[in-house]
Amino acid sequence: MNAEQTAGAAAQVAPTPQQRLTLWYILRRWPILPVALLALLVTLGLGADWIAPNDPIDQSLPDRNARPLYQDDSPYLFGGDHVGRDVLSRVIHGARVSLSVMAVALSAGMLIGCGLGLLAGYAGGLVDEVITRIVDIWMGFPFLLLALVAAIIFGASYSTIMVLMILVAWVSFVRNVRADVLVLKESDFVAFARISGASTTRILVRHILPGTIGTITVIASLSVGNLILYEATLSFLGAGIPAPTPSWGNMVAEGRDYLQTAWWTSVIPGTALFLTVMSLNFFGDWLRDRLDPRLRQLG
Amino acid sequence: MRRYLIRKLIFAIITLLAATMFVFGLSRMAGDPLLLFAKPGGYGMSPERVEQLSQKLGLDKPLVVQYLVWLGRVLTGDFGETIVSETSVRKLIWERVAPTMQLAVASFILAILMGVPLGVVSAVKRGSLSDYVSRTIALIGQAAPIFWVCIMAILLFAVTLDWLPVGTAGPDDVPIWTWTKFKYLIMPAFALGWGPAAALLRLTRSSMLEVLDSEYVTLARAKGTAYRVVVWKHAFRNAILQPLTTSAIILASFVTGAVVVERIFAWPGVGQLMTDAVWNNDFPTLTSTVLVFTAVFVAMNFLADIAYGILNPVIRYD
Repeated sequence: MNAEQTAGAAAQVAPTPQQRLTLWYILRRWPILPVALLALLVTLGLGADWIAPNDPIDQSLPDRNARPLYQDDSPYLFGGDHVGRDVLSRVIHGARVSLSVMAVALSAGMLIGCGLGLLAGYAGGLVDEVITRIVDIWMGFPFLLLALVAAIIFGASYSTIMVLMILVAWVSFVRNVRADVLVLKESDFVAFARISGASTTRILVRHILPGTIGTITVIASLSVGNLILYEATLSFLGAGIPAPTPSWGNMVAEGRDYLQTAWWTSVIPGTALFLTVMSLNFFGDWLRDRLDPRLRQLG
Repeated sequence: MRRYLIRKLIFAIITLLAATMFVFGLSRMAGDPLLLFAKPGGYGMSPERVEQLSQKLGLDKPLVVQYLVWLGRVLTGDFGETIVSETSVRKLIWERVAPTMQLAVASFILAILMGVPLGVVSAVKRGSLSDYVSRTIALIGQAAPIFWVCIMAILLFAVTLDWLPVGTAGPDDVPIWTWTKFKYLIMPAFALGWGPAAALLRLTRSSMLEVLDSEYVTLARAKGTAYRVVVWKHAFRNAILQPLTTSAIILASFVTGAVVVERIFAWPGVGQLMTDAVWNNDFPTLTSTVLVFTAVFVAMNFLADIAYGILNPVIRYD
């Protein structure tokens, strides 16, 4: 279907049994590293209260910019930040923030997006037209900037950022679910269901929705990374998670002024963010290739 | 084609209008706009001053009228005054346009110079070391948060190696092409350009692979044309169309990227003006800069649509 794939299939010789067993082959074929990293992230996020060695907000001025790896009598593994808080504990609690943003925004966005996508695809006509146009216009917004305005008006808070993330998340679901529904609703089994007297709701939920689950999974996994990046960028710009609560974005922002003297305060949370997003991208790509190669052009 | 363009233009205008409504609506949802001038618990204002301000801002008229008046003023470029210094926002923005443009142009050139050749090489030498290197560059460029790239660049080139300076755009009295000033541009441009370069690289690579697989390339090879000539003269010219079409979208992506990069490098552009406004609660400046950037963003997307329409005569829009 795709030239890259066909060219690839022709160029690639089937691996020998020995090749199949090499570490490199396994790592390329299965997303082991990304999944391991993500599992670690989820564990840290869920168990932050028990895992983090110190309180993430507790300041301790003697340990200001304490060096990492317990050097020079530093009490912390990853060093201390500019008010002597433990960077490691803050990164762990930051994982919880990223995780909760991801979970709430994604599930709400998925619900709204899939609902509208099903509706637009199945109803067609004016409803379809209106929903599609709204999505078009929505996608034309530089959303980060409008989010800045919203955040400054309503005040940077956890709930503001949640609402903003939901507003970002729903759009991509609508388009792709709609495209699926357009195909599915013409299929025979939907016609049979209709003839046998199933209600529209029943057809949508029991017969069409299951057919879109592959697409939904792929879109969800591909948008998680972006959502986390959005949250971090907003927090970095001072319009996200407000200050004492640790979030990777605001940690980088706070550490930025101490780059010369205490690089670890911003580099460590930044690297955590980078690794997370990269793992999510890898995992999303892998899932997409597996479940729905048709979506390849999206990436 | 004409119908397609007209439709796209109408959508661009609707998007812009929706953005203005969004900004205006938000500013009113926040409650009494006067409170933005006098926060509760702040210094407070005398009742006469409140009265005077609400007349000056037109707050005694209905909301629709307020919106239209505001829109009319915005469209004529009258953005009002900042809260911080009572200077006109338009003047402030105008002073900041040149640095932002320099940054955007530099990053754009960098993105093309980095993305296109690497994309071609990685397609032609598929599976080789240079392919892996290029794809790693693309992978990191797409996953790395832009502020992380900035921080790492500062740490490496400014703090550890001390090769490049950080902060501001350099002295004002020397032109941009001299090294004293140019060295200030290198890191911000690189940080802003890497992500788009990665996108260009992936696009160039996949469209190059597609073209290299086509029959006329095989024919050119079969009749004995040198491989280098086939790649650059036959394949490249066709393959480059699609990536170039999307380069307007790349310019649009600079809009959000510039905000972050300018903040980190203290680059005196429009983006810095915007984030300063966030920190100062300076609402008029924030909304005006957001609207200016939104306009640029929408215009760039529209340009991309035009380019797409010209290059794909078969496009159907219904």
